[in-house]
Amino acid sequence: MTATVARPRADARPAPVLHGYRFELVKLLSQWRIRLLLLACWIAPAAFVAVVSLQSSLPADTVFGRWMNATGWAGSLVVLDFSCSWALPLLTALVAGDVFAVEDRLGTWRHLLVAVRSPRRIFVAKTLASLTVILLLVAGLTASGIAGGLAAVGNRPLAGLDGHLLTPADAAGTVLLAWACALAPTLAFAAVGLLGSVALGRSPMGLLMPALLAFVLQLAQLLPLPVAVQLALPSHAFLAWRGLFTSPAQAGPLLIGLVVSLVWAVVATALAYLLFLRRDFTDLTYDGSGRRALVAGVLPLAGVVALTIGVIAVATPATGTGIEKVKLQDSLATAYSHLYRLQTQELHRPDVPEAQLQATASCDKGDSLVVDEGPGNDWRCVVSWHVPGATAVGNAIYQLDVTADGRYVADGDGPKEVNGYFQVRTPNGDAPNPLWQFDGNVDLLTSTTKE
Amino acid sequence: MDRSPAVRGRGIRKSFGDVVALDGMDLDVGAGQVHGLVGPNGAGKTTLLGLLLGLAVADGGSLEILGTPVGRTLAVPEGVAGFVDGPGLYPSLTARQNLSALASLRRYDAGRTTGVDDALEQVGLTDVADDRVRGFSLGMRQRLGLAAALLTTPRLLVLDEPANGLDLAGKQHVHRVLTGLAAEGTAVVLSSHRMDDLAALCSEVTILATGRVVFSGPLSKLAAESGELDYRLLTSDPEATRRLAAETPGLRVVPGRDPGQRADADIVVRGPVPALDELVVRLVQAGVALRELGPVMTPLEAAFLALTGTGAEPAQTDQEDL
Repeated sequence: MTATVARPRADARPAPVLHGYRFELVKLLSQWRIRLLLLACWIAPAAFVAVVSLQSSLPADTVFGRWMNATGWAGSLVVLDFSCSWALPLLTALVAGDVFAVEDRLGTWRHLLVAVRSPRRIFVAKTLASLTVILLLVAGLTASGIAGGLAAVGNRPLAGLDGHLLTPADAAGTVLLAWACALAPTLAFAAVGLLGSVALGRSPMGLLMPALLAFVLQLAQLLPLPVAVQLALPSHAFLAWRGLFTSPAQAGPLLIGLVVSLVWAVVATALAYLLFLRRDFTDLTYDGSGRRALVAGVLPLAGVVALTIGVIAVATPATGTGIEKVKLQDSLATAYSHLYRLQTQELHRPDVPEAQLQATASCDKGDSLVVDEGPGNDWRCVVSWHVPGATAVGNAIYQLDVTADGRYVADGDGPKEVNGYFQVRTPNGDAPNPLWQFDGNVDLLTSTTKE
Repeated sequence: MDRSPAVRGRGIRKSFGDVVALDGMDLDVGAGQVHGLVGPNGAGKTTLLGLLLGLAVADGGSLEILGTPVGRTLAVPEGVAGFVDGPGLYPSLTARQNLSALASLRRYDAGRTTGVDDALEQVGLTDVADDRVRGFSLGMRQRLGLAAALLTTPRLLVLDEPANGLDLAGKQHVHRVLTGLAAEGTAVVLSSHRMDDLAALCSEVTILATGRVVFSGPLSKLAAESGELDYRLLTSDPEATRRLAAETPGLRVVPGRDPGQRADADIVVRGPVPALDELVVRLVQAGVALRELGPVMTPLEAAFLALTGTGAEPAQTDQEDL
């Protein structure tokens, strides 16, 4: 006769999400790779900014790099620009791209399921834990970059991308806001990492998905794509924060970039969730499925891109590449006015308000056979302004290298005493003539009437 | 109080695509019973263990665990613990951290659980409690997996190859723990390829072959059903032993051995136990000293080979089952 046991009252309850979250966090933080990343993110930016800011050779090819020895806030923005290009996609790949796959590698899915008793809660706990670690990494990059800059250079005004000066308080707020804006595309890439981790199992392709996506998008952003396509890419917000550093702020592309990033974050997370719930955990040999990843992951996200392009094309006035002659002229003239005023201050000349300068610019791309539109390093502009106290109109020539994302570098081409290279003595030490070379940013979204 | 068996399965069917893993099997496991699951690779043992742990649901038939019908995935009642395909452990965590995390997940309060330290002590891992599992041997991992199951003070313990990689001391720890749990009323379902473990621990066994039950019942019944077994004899006079064995009714010498090569060579005979008893009497009467006498393989091994039709030695590996 078979012995018997007392009948239990009910099925085992699933583990609380909070407990699962804590467990996932412990697992993540116990990995040496995550610990090293945290350490690097909290220390390396400060060291980099502090060292580079004190050098005479600055990373002028990076936005705000040429201002690193003028203000402590520029260093954090250089870190932000670099992070948006490489660090953040890689960090999301290493954290979110592995959070599910690690259970496949260790063969612990069955153990975890028996312990938690709810795939839904496992998904939520893992997602929240990886999100927490990513936020810690981003917080480290932010705090470390700012701390390094302020310690090495100091809390000084920052010249924006239209040359206007932000007070230290404004600079602090805007820098923090820029980092906050970078969180949205970071979430999008993290969601893609989750999707890759779920869809491809222990395959290294899952881990690489965010980095691979970032690489592909960076290549795409080098191309003179239509504005609607550029703004529909989830990585656009990694660039659009630059619009915060003009006055008025270029809010349109930034808001669209944020919305697109968040849509990607939601859609990719939802796809990962659905794939995860459908998974058969009794299949020990599960190693992801390329076909499944294509059908359930890549195709829906491609659909999101197509839909977003359509919505942006219909809802916004922008056409073409968004880089137009008039916009470039306006941007250059504005930046020149602000920086001219800065130059007069640094040269201890009488202050000249921008309104008095009445600066204008006239630009031409290539020769007469080339249409004056789009990115390229063959833009040549002449800035004209009214010299204070004289009836004469001053002229200065600039060569512009304009990239597809709207950023340009203006390189002074004479006259030498206006926009040539010479050192000016500032209260913080010698610095290059601010009118020699400077960065600017064109709002891709605004519409202008062509000349 | 309503009371029922720890496990009661009837006509359980489970398929993976075209592959039939379980084909209408029945299973009864009572409280306080250590029940062994035996079968060749692909017999359906792991599938059955997965069903008992709630990792999957049967396609057909009925399964009651601790008196509760199981109708959907992960819906088994409290009190079920164990592991399948090896214990799930996190190498970057210490043994104590692994167990503490599990205890936290299952919300075990002090009043109804064996503490982490107690569990570690029971399986003999107290000395390495704060070492990372990364450096653990297979046997230590198996014991830690058992400790994780002990945390729940289970009423049904499901274990897949728990003796893999265990040294003698580890094996004794595990045997002591399992027999202790059974004595306290816990039902233990144990899958293993190691017949010596099963023979030592199990009161009942179920032998599976291609998803079907070919035997289920007490080991004594299995021995009775095993029929003629091979026995190895070592005597002082092999020649005389061969002659006497050949003359004993119901007994025959298994060929393939050449007793002439070694003076102390053993002899294998096949026959029922009464015939073997008769041979012993005749050896004594003939003045032949009997030095060793024992079955070549245990009744369980013999039954395994006979009933599953494998005709080969049972595997000693931890190869993945279906």
